[in-house]
Amino acid sequence: MSSALLSVENAVVDLPTPRGNLRAVDHVDLAVGAGRTLGIVGESGCGKTMLSRAVLQLLPKKARLSGRVMFDGQDLTTLSAEKLRKLRGRSLAVVFQDPMTSLNPVLTIGTQLIETIQEHLELDLAEARQRSIELLAAVGIPAPEQRLAQYPHQLSGGMRQRVAIAVALSCEPKLLIADEPTTALDVTIQAQILDLLAREQQRRHMAMIIITHDLGVVAGRTDEVAVMYAGRVVERAPTPALFKQMRMPYTEALLAALPKLDVAPHTPLPAISGRPPDPTRPLKGCSFSPRCRYSAGRCAFEKPQLCSAETPEHLYACFHPIAARVGA
Amino acid sequence: MMLQAAPNPLMKVENLVVEYSVGGKTIHAVSDVSLEIARGETLGLVGESGCGKSTLGRAVLQLRQAVSGKVLFDGHDLTTLKGEALRQMRRRVQLIFQDPIASLNPRRRIGDIVAEPLVIAGVKDPDERRRRVAEVLSAVGLDPTLVSGRLPHEFSGGQCQRICIARSLVLNPEFVICDEPVSALDVSIRAQILNLLEEMKARYGLTLLFIAHDLAVVKAVSDRVAVMYLGRLCEVGPSEQLFARPAHPYTALLIEAIPVPDPDVRPTQSVPVGEPPSPIAPPSGCRFRTRCPRADARCASEVPELRLVATGQFAACHHPLI
Ligand SMILES: Nc1ncnc2c1ncn2[C@@H]1O[C@H](COP(=O)(O)OP(=O)(O)OP(=O)(O)O)[C@@H](O)[C@H]1O
Ligand code: SF4
Ligand code: SF4
Ligand SMILES: [Mg+2]
Repeated sequence: MSSALLSVENAVVDLPTPRGNLRAVDHVDLAVGAGRTLGIVGESGCGKTMLSRAVLQLLPKKARLSGRVMFDGQDLTTLSAEKLRKLRGRSLAVVFQDPMTSLNPVLTIGTQLIETIQEHLELDLAEARQRSIELLAAVGIPAPEQRLAQYPHQLSGGMRQRVAIAVALSCEPKLLIADEPTTALDVTIQAQILDLLAREQQRRHMAMIIITHDLGVVAGRTDEVAVMYAGRVVERAPTPALFKQMRMPYTEALLAALPKLDVAPHTPLPAISGRPPDPTRPLKGCSFSPRCRYSAGRCAFEKPQLCSAETPEHLYACFHPIAARVGA
Repeated sequence: MMLQAAPNPLMKVENLVVEYSVGGKTIHAVSDVSLEIARGETLGLVGESGCGKSTLGRAVLQLRQAVSGKVLFDGHDLTTLKGEALRQMRRRVQLIFQDPIASLNPRRRIGDIVAEPLVIAGVKDPDERRRRVAEVLSAVGLDPTLVSGRLPHEFSGGQCQRICIARSLVLNPEFVICDEPVSALDVSIRAQILNLLEEMKARYGLTLLFIAHDLAVVKAVSDRVAVMYLGRLCEVGPSEQLFARPAHPYTALLIEAIPVPDPDVRPTQSVPVGEPPSPIAPPSGCRFRTRCPRADARCASEVPELRLVATGQFAACHHPLI
């Protein structure tokens, strides 16, 4: 997709550790178009946060990145620190799991919003203030004018995340990356924040990447999903196609292992045995092979590549994909 | 009390009140909660962060002193027991925490960690201790000869939770409180641990109080479920029935808010805005009224009592949904 707003091409992130090199992201290709939402799903340690940091060019100092990160026509890996900083506040925004990562505890909400707006947009103080109030109202904060004078610690977790979203949206970004934006929040608040993100994404025709470990979060709210395991994208498809027919055994197992409300109590869960491989000791074959119930033949010594079969948009990396259901 | 779960419940909590005092202010963490848990039953306890679930669990175990109320375990009021009598009773009740790694002493070897409750309980014979430790480690799926000499940091979160479960079982307890035992674990590991808890329950004939904020997780293991909001119980009932036909508006809200892993189920946008009020100054009357679509004047003036709404199902609401 050359028309994509963001395309990550062959990204590899290596981190030196005392135990040896850790390949956090292993040859990942991704793309998101304007007005589209991509979900990246995976368990802790699978590389989803490192991938988003690679996009933002916010990797740890020791990390090495190769590949290209094309955003809005430029390769971010070649930009100067100064250019990147401008870009990040302006057209490339991020919301983290812990809103305090993006909020400054010693500044009032108003100061943070107004400063961000003034840094990137040519508005005077009164205009920037007015815009801050509008933004806080847009993200569902009651009495927004009074909130400007408050500090982050005076707000609840859900309110803080709303403020962090307001800050992220303040300069009308083209792409918003939300890294586990609701994991630290309660279910009722989680639903409100996800609704808010979806609404703003559509209203602004913004591209959005939602990173989560919860397949439930991406199901109703993304156009496309990429499933990561051990640093790689192992399955990628338009969201409805993915949920209709998962081809990669890991994706299927992940969904099956989730407790579900429509299942009777005390039904044993189809658990995935074992655990993900040690990222400093990469496996020769398919990373999922020690846990995969379909593993056979070359799974143990050859890496399956991500490719498409029936439809060009549905990609998976597996030698023995789950058969397409007849009549599905 | 109408909350009879069985003629002779193993655990019975009566009008329990627990408060914290912070900076001269009182946090109403648990307010007038009554519960019964039958022998062999798993009671799930759900509610949002800060609603008082852990406080309730800790007060049941006497790790936190209640302001008032009773905790009757097998007929004995734990709140009035002292010294040796309390210690004897406490052997029969164990706790598993949310953060498995943090609850293991990083400098002690696994064999010693699991044996510790035996030592405290006065089991002097080292062979007897080794035998018990080996038995529970095998039961939770770990090889005693491989793990006993190792330190906690050599294990993953899921394995640490297995070790915690082994430690909680080593004294052959009758009642185990699991406080968010899988919340810190990845999806693929979570299912393993939930299955393990079910197996252990059957094998050792346990009665469980299973605390979690995730409704689907709670439903997977619970016979009955209790829903808590801001220190009070909203609803109690058999799991299937409660999720199929919630009577309390808060239970309904919780169910509606769960993200469903099915793209055909479009997320409803009807979840009301608003967040739980402060437990320092909880709303008068029904504590849920500030977020409840059905609230009226009566809800502000009168605390709703738990009352029967369907077979075995109780709700504290003036205008229940059923
Ligand atoms: N040691 C303490 N000192 C003061 N306040 C406390 C203490 N422990 C808990 N609280 C307060 O008591 C209330 C109930 O907390 P509790 O930890 O029991 O909730 P919870 O339902 O277990 O929440 P979570 O889902 O976050 O674990 C909260 O308002 C909490 O902030
Ligand atoms: S390649 Fe083999 S081991 Fe890997 S997911 Fe497919 S079947 Fe399983
Ligand atoms: S008592 Fe009133 S406010 Fe409380 S849940 Fe029922 S209807 Fe809502
Ligand atoms: Mg708790």
